[in-house]
Amino acid sequence: MAKHHVSFTINGDPTEILCETHATLLDVLRDELELTGTKEGCSTGDCGACSVTVDGRLVCSCLMLGVEANGKAIGTVEGLAKGDKLHVLQEKFLEHHALQCGICTPGFLVASKALLEKNPDPTETEVRYWLAGNLCRCTGYDKIVRAVMDAATVMRGA
Amino acid sequence: MRYEAPETLEAATALLAAEMGIARVLAGGTDLLVQMKTDMVDPALVVDLKRIGEMRTITKAVDGFHIGAAVSGAELKEQVELKQHWPGLVEAANLIGSTQIQGRATLGGNLCNASPAADSIPALIAANATVSIFGPKGRRQLAVEDVVLAPRKTALDKGEFVVSFHIPLRAKGMGDAYLRFIPRTEMDIAVVGAGIGLKTDPSGVITAARIGLGAVASRPLHVKAAGDALVGSKLDKAAVDKMVDAVRAACKPIDDKRGTIEFRIKVAGVIAARAAAIAYDRART
Repeated sequence: MAKHHVSFTINGDPTEILCETHATLLDVLRDELELTGTKEGCSTGDCGACSVTVDGRLVCSCLMLGVEANGKAIGTVEGLAKGDKLHVLQEKFLEHHALQCGICTPGFLVASKALLEKNPDPTETEVRYWLAGNLCRCTGYDKIVRAVMDAATVMRGA
Repeated sequence: MRYEAPETLEAATALLAAEMGIARVLAGGTDLLVQMKTDMVDPALVVDLKRIGEMRTITKAVDGFHIGAAVSGAELKEQVELKQHWPGLVEAANLIGSTQIQGRATLGGNLCNASPAADSIPALIAANATVSIFGPKGRRQLAVEDVVLAPRKTALDKGEFVVSFHIPLRAKGMGDAYLRFIPRTEMDIAVVGAGIGLKTDPSGVITAARIGLGAVASRPLHVKAAGDALVGSKLDKAAVDKMVDAVRAACKPIDDKRGTIEFRIKVAGVIAARAAAIAYDRART
């Protein structure tokens, strides 16, 4: 099987790997780089558990080949906290009990961060539409939306 | 599987034309990767078109907008001028999938995936779009309604791919809109879709109208009779009724879990009338 030399940055760190043609970016993150924060849910772009950013753009890492990452800047959930210091979104998810089983949480965090970078003061409707591609079967979404709205308020004040 | 990411149109078509096995072009990949994952297709060659400049840019020229076939939905949405000219088209493209899908999904992919229910195609038909196709014999143009022939089947020959879309500039008195019916508010496939593009004279009389329908036949339809029914009117009830009749007469939908034949035909008329009202308002402001 042919392997491709692929270089990109992950959360700012330059990274080089040998990537099989078939491997998705999700496979590369989890299996090659052991960055298992990004979760595999449906593998068909429906659930958003594998959400990452590519050059700042929110995408499903299951719907992108690893070789396509060449030269790109990838952002994953591992890039949110700075050492032991959680990101505001992570703190607010804890505070509002915005998770139960947690498998959707990395995707929600990455998607919410991408939203707030683009739109620091979203309405509840905007939050709900932006996050429509992230599925959660535990919380009923309400606590997630509240956590994101609260985080937005804090981040605007900071 | 081989992966190639050529930087020119010529190199891309040469790769596609020379491949003896199954070749697929890759733009956003939101359909292709799912098809590969579910074993619907096992390509011997994947040609990533995103390094070809013309496919990734939107330019405004005197003759209209040229939209690269590999521009993502999220990028389209950020093109303020395109949105001012053709809001219906941008809205239709942005209805496809989630924020994550929008980050990758492209107009070229939505067209060439050749689904009868593709949201952007009726809106492209309404906007009178033509596509620029590149292949072993060079470049050719095709009206957007002539690209999809049947589910998963396009008019593209071996080695050919869609490079860009051309859409005229919106003149004064023109407006467009796209509406679809889905049983919820987000993240679903159209049960019926209708795109309308209108041109009005200064007194508000419609001088031209194009109507595209999705999910009501084996391919997206341009219903000329429906557009013609509106010409000469100010979108009064009699003209709208005539248009609705023409829309329903053109529908040859399937029965499936998303909607029955009877429901699709009925709803096609209803949403075409609603889209026409929005397009008319936009044409008049």
